[in-house]
Amino acid sequence: MASTINTTVSTDNALKEIIWLGRGGQGAFTAAKLLGAAYTIDSDDKYALAFPSFGPERRGAPVRAFTKLDTRPVVDRSQTEKADYIVILDDTLYSPQLLELLKADGMVIVNSKNEISGVCTFDAEKIASEFRLPTVNTVMLGLLTGISDIVDTENAAEAIRNYMPQKIQERNINALLRSVQEVIK
Amino acid sequence: MKKFLSGNEAFAEGIRLARPQVISAYPITPQTIVVERLSEMVEDGSLEAEYVHVESEHSALSCAIGASAAGARAFTATSSQGLLYMAECLYYAAGGRFPIVMMNADRSTALPWNIYGDQRDSLSQLDSGWIQAYAENAQEALDLALMSYRIAENKAVSTPFMANLDGFVLTHTYETVDIPDREKADRFLPPYETDNRIDFDAPKNMAFSAGPDTNYIFKYKEHKGVLAAREVIAETEKAFAEIFGRKYTGLTENYLTDDAEYIIVTLGSIAGLCRETADKLRKNGIKAGVVRIRYMRPFPGEEISDALRNAKAYAVLEKDISFGNEGTVFTNVNSALKKADVSVRGYNFIGGLGGRNISAGDIEKIYTDIANGTESVNFIGIGGGANGK
Repeated sequence: MASTINTTVSTDNALKEIIWLGRGGQGAFTAAKLLGAAYTIDSDDKYALAFPSFGPERRGAPVRAFTKLDTRPVVDRSQTEKADYIVILDDTLYSPQLLELLKADGMVIVNSKNEISGVCTFDAEKIASEFRLPTVNTVMLGLLTGISDIVDTENAAEAIRNYMPQKIQERNINALLRSVQEVIK
Repeated sequence: MKKFLSGNEAFAEGIRLARPQVISAYPITPQTIVVERLSEMVEDGSLEAEYVHVESEHSALSCAIGASAAGARAFTATSSQGLLYMAECLYYAAGGRFPIVMMNADRSTALPWNIYGDQRDSLSQLDSGWIQAYAENAQEALDLALMSYRIAENKAVSTPFMANLDGFVLTHTYETVDIPDREKADRFLPPYETDNRIDFDAPKNMAFSAGPDTNYIFKYKEHKGVLAAREVIAETEKAFAEIFGRKYTGLTENYLTDDAEYIIVTLGSIAGLCRETADKLRKNGIKAGVVRIRYMRPFPGEEISDALRNAKAYAVLEKDISFGNEGTVFTNVNSALKKADVSVRGYNFIGGLGGRNISAGDIEKIYTDIANGTESVNFIGIGGGANGK
């Protein structure tokens, strides 16, 4: 989209890659999109790609989604091989092999009522049910927002406002804000 | 207005701004979302168009041809087997000089059955008489949607326009796009006006037969029409930049080619990763460059020849193979170099078939392979150390 390009692009490596795991219908890809939208919402110098694992979709089947964030255009459209964060919406999808997809200083966040060694777990369903939400995707987005400094909370809320159907915006924003608070606690 | 959209959605936004009067399409993965969005726009009144549900791709383009013959601005979209099924009509549209715009979501062709992206569908139709553009990202896709009608409808061109988006990696990937103002879009693209239409006040014969005595004249003029698009694309991009501030570079986009010794020529959304790899190699002292083909028809033979003239070797990386020969883009590039008397070693790399990932490592290996010399036609992932990778 640029005109004739005659200088090399900046090579500062601000690239952050997030892998989302969920089951079809849980909204993992929606969370991946919201994160990308939130990151780019108030800046022309931030770029994001968000995409699902491509192919046929089935409710209940494992789904992967990807968000790539950078301060220059993201040109690698292939699936993330080493992530900064892996966010798992359903703990039955967790397996230790996933750690191979993680950068050395990366982090795994799992929605689970149980402790899992080496990863960060959180009972996201508890917050989701408080706000009468059938899925935990925006709660997990809130946890990631609270834990990382990737996006501002206000921008994450704004992304929900811009990209979710109006009748479920408020509950999802409240769930997001609540889960950010949980992290700060 | 900025929005976080997929390639399909971005293209639909561009089409809404272009105000087609008739949309006829049949859904097929990975094109479906563009026609779904357009049907929603017609439903909510933000796009005033006749939306025609058809029973096949053959009918989709036939309907668009009929609409265009009535003087309407027409749009359709397809992919893969759908494009092949409408192949007969592609020639009718081009021969009838109907400036229809079609989005094609580039996808593999059967068999084996496969819904993922490669470019064998559209590249197989290079001879059908359509202008063919290939977008790299969602913004370019949106902008192409808007520019396509202005190019196609130009009186000197009067040729249908196929805008190609790589299936999934572009059609289904979300990114931030800037949606132009409607008022500016209307200023950029006035309504379609043509004499090439059914007119009760000025009856004329359309879609007629032409025997051996005159047929060649029509074909010559059809050729001239596509060639005329060269100038018109440049003018259109200039006007686009003036109104919207975004600049495009014509039939090709060159990256670091001025002093490059090793150049990859490619098309579509893989070009970004090629540029990033070129940057990486330059840090190691390897003078790498990239030519991205934005238009396959009219073919940028002169632009490519100029970019490759001083290189030591080049690769053509494409998601296509013409069985029994080589990739079609490679054939086109080599012919252009021969005509321009440019003698540089060239190699063909076939990759991404059936949606297979092309990694940064694969691209780095292409640069190394062409520096060291390799087979004339190479399939990424088959043969050598990468076998079965």
